[in-house]
Amino acid sequence: MTQVIMGGCDGENTWRLKDYVARGGYEALRKVLSGMTPDQVITEVKTSALRGRGGAGFPTGLKWTFMPKNYVGDKYVVCNSDEGEPGTFKDRDILRYNPHALIEGMIIAAFAMGATRGYNYIHGEIWSVYERCEEAIEEARSAGFLGNNILGSSFSFNLYNHHGYGAYICGEETALLESIEGKKGQPRYKPPFPATYGLYGKPTTINNTETFASVPWIIQHGGQAFLEIGRPNNGGSKMFSVSGHVNKPGNYEVPMGTPFATLLEMAGGMRDGRAIKAVIPGGSSMPVLPGHIMMQTDMDYDSIAKAGSMLGSGAVIVMDDTTCMVGMLERLAWFYHEESCGQCTPCREGTGWLYRIIHRIEHGQGRMEDLDLLLSLSDNIQGRTICALGDAAAMPVRSFVNHFRAEFEHHITHKRCLVGSAHSEKAA
Amino acid sequence: MSLLSPQSIQRIDHEIAKYPADQKRSAVMSALRIAQEQHGWLPRELMASVAEHLELPAIAVFEVASFYEMYNLKPMGRHKLTVCTNVPCALSGADHFCESLKKKLGIGFNEVTADGEFSLKEGQCFGACGDAPVLLVNNHTMHSFMTEEKLDALLKELKS
Ligand SMILES: Cc1cc2nc3c(=O)[nH]c(=O)nc-3n(C[C@H](O)[C@H](O)[C@H](O)COP(=O)(O)O)c2cc1C
Ligand code: SF4
Ligand code: FES
Repeated sequence: MTQVIMGGCDGENTWRLKDYVARGGYEALRKVLSGMTPDQVITEVKTSALRGRGGAGFPTGLKWTFMPKNYVGDKYVVCNSDEGEPGTFKDRDILRYNPHALIEGMIIAAFAMGATRGYNYIHGEIWSVYERCEEAIEEARSAGFLGNNILGSSFSFNLYNHHGYGAYICGEETALLESIEGKKGQPRYKPPFPATYGLYGKPTTINNTETFASVPWIIQHGGQAFLEIGRPNNGGSKMFSVSGHVNKPGNYEVPMGTPFATLLEMAGGMRDGRAIKAVIPGGSSMPVLPGHIMMQTDMDYDSIAKAGSMLGSGAVIVMDDTTCMVGMLERLAWFYHEESCGQCTPCREGTGWLYRIIHRIEHGQGRMEDLDLLLSLSDNIQGRTICALGDAAAMPVRSFVNHFRAEFEHHITHKRCLVGSAHSEKAA
Repeated sequence: MSLLSPQSIQRIDHEIAKYPADQKRSAVMSALRIAQEQHGWLPRELMASVAEHLELPAIAVFEVASFYEMYNLKPMGRHKLTVCTNVPCALSGADHFCESLKKKLGIGFNEVTADGEFSLKEGQCFGACGDAPVLLVNNHTMHSFMTEEKLDALLKELKS
């Protein structure tokens, strides 16, 4: 099975530059610098059908064409390693086990878009990973892969790590730019988009860690080969972070289009052999789906969309039949309320309101009309905010209530939980 | 007089060099982090020294310190323990782990033990959900796959 990102890696032991070079690393950069044009690089990426791995699934090659070509002055590439979407822990493994794949991918991207500087924004809570990335960049710089006149070419590019310090919202790309600028991480109004007005007001392209880390393989083996690993419009392999009630939580890199049932098996199957109840297939912001629907679904953007959710960041949260859906939604609602940056009223007030309603249902004080109130509140938040955190807060609510309404009703009428998990023991 | 130690200033200057010459402000997050490592938390006067060093108005620095969750705006116990309780971790035992942690320390979230050794905080996703339950010590050291035994050993080690 071809693994684009983690192929040839052996955990802790093979992250250094010499190991990366031994498995063919930086060959793609040599290929690019010894004769490819920026347009040729972008064409390969377009052919590959690589789609952004950060959550939205936007075609990467197309995004790269938005950068102005004949701009005079600095242009930036920025990597979004602020992985904070509950359930997602793949970028951390890329950064600690294969950091040079990201670095090489960013250098190639910078060449394709004519960028002179790059930043890698790393999630606050993974300090040791940040330290490793500092070392990896130093290795690349000493070896002449970063800096002026890279590998004797006329191309120059510098790359730096920026460490976050605890704010989920900085994963939103414009909040992330504000944060690098040394401000509060509050998302910007769009347009203008970062390709015209990005970091320090300069043209900027932001991609996810896994997106950049896929680029060296695409250049080395060709966009067509990448596409063929997956499915039309869903190219390549993808890292899925599997968490929750499985025997072997972890990251599994598989071809796009792999059946969910196969992925579940790779993750050791259901813990204690219990029945599968529900799965959030793309990180906590995406709609939850009943387990039996997921068991019929393949893991690619289009298949998951057809099943009624989204592939998102590739975080697969598995829940068995002991899970209290009200309790889980309460925890998620609190998360979005806490992490709202407070700029837009529907998000700031709406997420608090959602949380309070779900809290009272969970604690035996809900009213039947609360369920429709939750749905109408969600409708009033979604699509009415500056950034997508509002949508991210609304989508779980709607899907939990729609798919598991009986469980919410049981909480309201019986003032306790249907499944008897730890959550049901909570006092009101 | 700056309250930043010469070592802290040297480390901050290393961060400043990562950004364009006219964008010193970009180093404010790491400067606050370094100041906090020096002092354990961020009193106003210390933040004022950060502001002075970066040639920023003090308010621009306070604003950042209060926005990001890992800055300590109040004194903490000698060891700040943060546990992720978000859904993926909750599904893998984080709730039970928190209960036993609270019992062992005799405090709840956002409290400090009487001897000043420990503070306890509830965290959002650390991006390490496959390793649940996960515990952070003083922001920078992550402990994965926590169990009762590992917790006992860790608390003992930290106290000594
Ligand atoms: C609230 C919020 C949080 C986000 N968090 C992340 C994140 O942690 N990592 C990430 O790559 N993208 C995240 N995104 C998506 C980014 O805004 C952006 O679309 C992405 O980094 C683009 O990269 P890609 O095209 O390679 O996916 C988030 C978006 C929102 C609205
Ligand atoms: S939707 Fe929420 S998080 Fe996004 S900008 Fe508005 S208030 Fe901030
Ligand atoms: S949910 Fe706990 S680390 Fe992600």
